[in-house]
Amino acid sequence: MKLQRMNRRALALGALAVSGALALTACGSDETGGNGNGGGSSNAAPSNVKCDDASGQVLADGSSAQKNAVDAWVKQFSAACKVEINYKAGGSGAGVTAFTQGQVPWAGSDSALKPEEVAASKKICKGGQGIDLPMVGGPIAVGYNVPGVDNLVLDAPTIAKIFDSKITNWNDPAIAKLNPDAKLPNLKIQAFHRSDESGTTDNFTKYLIATAKKDFPYEGGKAWQAKGGQSAPQSSGVAAQVKQTSGAIGYFELSYAKDGIKTVAIDTGAGKPVEATVDNATKAIADAKIVGTGKDLSLDLNYATKAEGAYPMVLVTYEIVCDKGNKADTLPAVKAFLRYAASEDGQKVLAENDYAPMPDDIIAKVRTTVESLS
Amino acid sequence: MDTTQIADAPPPAQPSAPEQKRAARGATRPGDRIFLGLSRGSGILLLVIMAAIAGFLTYRAVLAISEDDGNFLTTFEWNTGVNPPVFGIAVLAYGTIVSSVIAMIIAVPISVAIALFLTHYAPRRLRGPIAYVIDLLAAVPSIVYGLWGALVLVPHMSGLFGWLNDYLGWTGIFSWQGGAARSMLTVGILLAIMILPIITNVSREVFRQVPQMHEEAALALGATRWEVIRMAVIPFGRSGVISASMLGLGRALGETMAVATVLSPDFLIHTSLLDPGGGTFAQNIASKFSEATEFGRDALIASGLVLFVITLLVNGAARAIIARRKEYSGANA
Repeated sequence: MKLQRMNRRALALGALAVSGALALTACGSDETGGNGNGGGSSNAAPSNVKCDDASGQVLADGSSAQKNAVDAWVKQFSAACKVEINYKAGGSGAGVTAFTQGQVPWAGSDSALKPEEVAASKKICKGGQGIDLPMVGGPIAVGYNVPGVDNLVLDAPTIAKIFDSKITNWNDPAIAKLNPDAKLPNLKIQAFHRSDESGTTDNFTKYLIATAKKDFPYEGGKAWQAKGGQSAPQSSGVAAQVKQTSGAIGYFELSYAKDGIKTVAIDTGAGKPVEATVDNATKAIADAKIVGTGKDLSLDLNYATKAEGAYPMVLVTYEIVCDKGNKADTLPAVKAFLRYAASEDGQKVLAENDYAPMPDDIIAKVRTTVESLS
Repeated sequence: MDTTQIADAPPPAQPSAPEQKRAARGATRPGDRIFLGLSRGSGILLLVIMAAIAGFLTYRAVLAISEDDGNFLTTFEWNTGVNPPVFGIAVLAYGTIVSSVIAMIIAVPISVAIALFLTHYAPRRLRGPIAYVIDLLAAVPSIVYGLWGALVLVPHMSGLFGWLNDYLGWTGIFSWQGGAARSMLTVGILLAIMILPIITNVSREVFRQVPQMHEEAALALGATRWEVIRMAVIPFGRSGVISASMLGLGRALGETMAVATVLSPDFLIHTSLLDPGGGTFAQNIASKFSEATEFGRDALIASGLVLFVITLLVNGAARAIIARRKEYSGANA
């Protein structure tokens, strides 16, 4: 009896200590969080998020290209709303499959839904269908590792020939012509592509096919088709190979072009060669046409753009949801999240993470569409 | 891999006549009947599982292959996203077999040598620690081997590749263009390191079972230690070593992540083992699966079926070899 009482007292004391500590640390972390983000846009973000009656847990799956963007959004969003969002980044294909099978209310994809996928989505979206909302842009950087060469400029036909093993040495006249000032070494070119299927490959080859069809006579798609060259898995793998191999060149998302990997500026026919930056990518996306019908906002990018400062080698990832007939238990949370992602703050978070925000007139249409989801 | 059964199966003991009688009488008791039922049930369950796997693979494979625009066995391409889809397993089959054969050529002699050293030459104090370290090697996850291979092995292979190119480049098999060493030979070497522990461990167990009498008899006839090994130990252990090698081969054939990390895959067959390129079944499935469509997955499953068949053939061949050698080995002495 006595022992029991003592135990209980000890328990109560322990609980008090624990909760006290929790309260203290909660205060502490709040403060440091505030200080850390002081002045930044992220500090203001949570207050701008409209949660409505969103709550619960949302599972999503899809493109790994936008994984870092979604993570950054989720961090801000769940600080404001009581919603747990779990984005699995299992790949665009897996995401679309999960969506059309009704496992997730929202999926991410590097390419717009195909007609047969839209047809499949009608079973899930009662009275509606799956639609594409362009939300994240990403410049695809062409990184290179050539000793002594710093500001490499290439144009689409040359890039196509390099990746199709038609140009095999760095001192090739075609490269020299584009870089009259550079001291190009006599070094074998080692072109790296992705060994896995990937939306990055799809968009990179789409660009080459649109701008240099003669030098890149392939159909395109998620799997690399040109013969020759070397390969590595994932953007991180290609970037790592470019970094450690002398004479290497490879393509990957801009966010992987860190740690001293130099990127190619593209001669698009505009006045000056265009660097791979998020701003320049947004400028190129602004040249795109919306080709989706109804509420679908899938884009047709203008790869051949010659606009000043428009970096044309971009990929756009879509968020895929039902326009009508979303499940009642997840709709408020998905809607609130997408509203935040499309908001000014949400798009600003993108640029901080090496993604390209959507141009104003496109994102305005996305916002209207998000509001109309039901 | 079901190769385990080869190594684990003890030689069927011939029950003597009185034992047989006892067993026959005992079968009527409830305990024996339950045990009989359990073991028979397990045996049947195994068959059902294997049949289910084979059935699933075959069904999905047929779906994919019937749509294939190329020849499934000879096409040098893997493109399931286009219409019509084109894919073939020629490069994968070649790569899987070549990388595994390289691994076997390197790993088997080294493993047997380690096993002989541990059982016949090493000082008693060293045996435990060395065996322990080899066991640890088997416990390293394959992705760690892959990372080590990509970050340490590949950069350090250039020297060896240059040497091979200088002296053996004329064969064509060892010519090198100077690319990163992400080639079949590097993969084979990595696989050899990965399958080393399993072959070593099983071989060591087998060599340890050599009847003391055989060795002592050989010594009594004036044999040196090497002659004892050559005349008594190796003939006795031969079928065991073959079993151990098949276990290793099974692992090499199916290895996925390490190959996917180290190899620079493409869909060409390169005559040179040093040129980056090629691919294996498991590596191809791992790298294509996440972005594949429903149809793409079926195609990958079709390639998995081929690996399944190759593995069955290898196991069958191993069993045949062991069965043929059984009478010569000391196992029945």
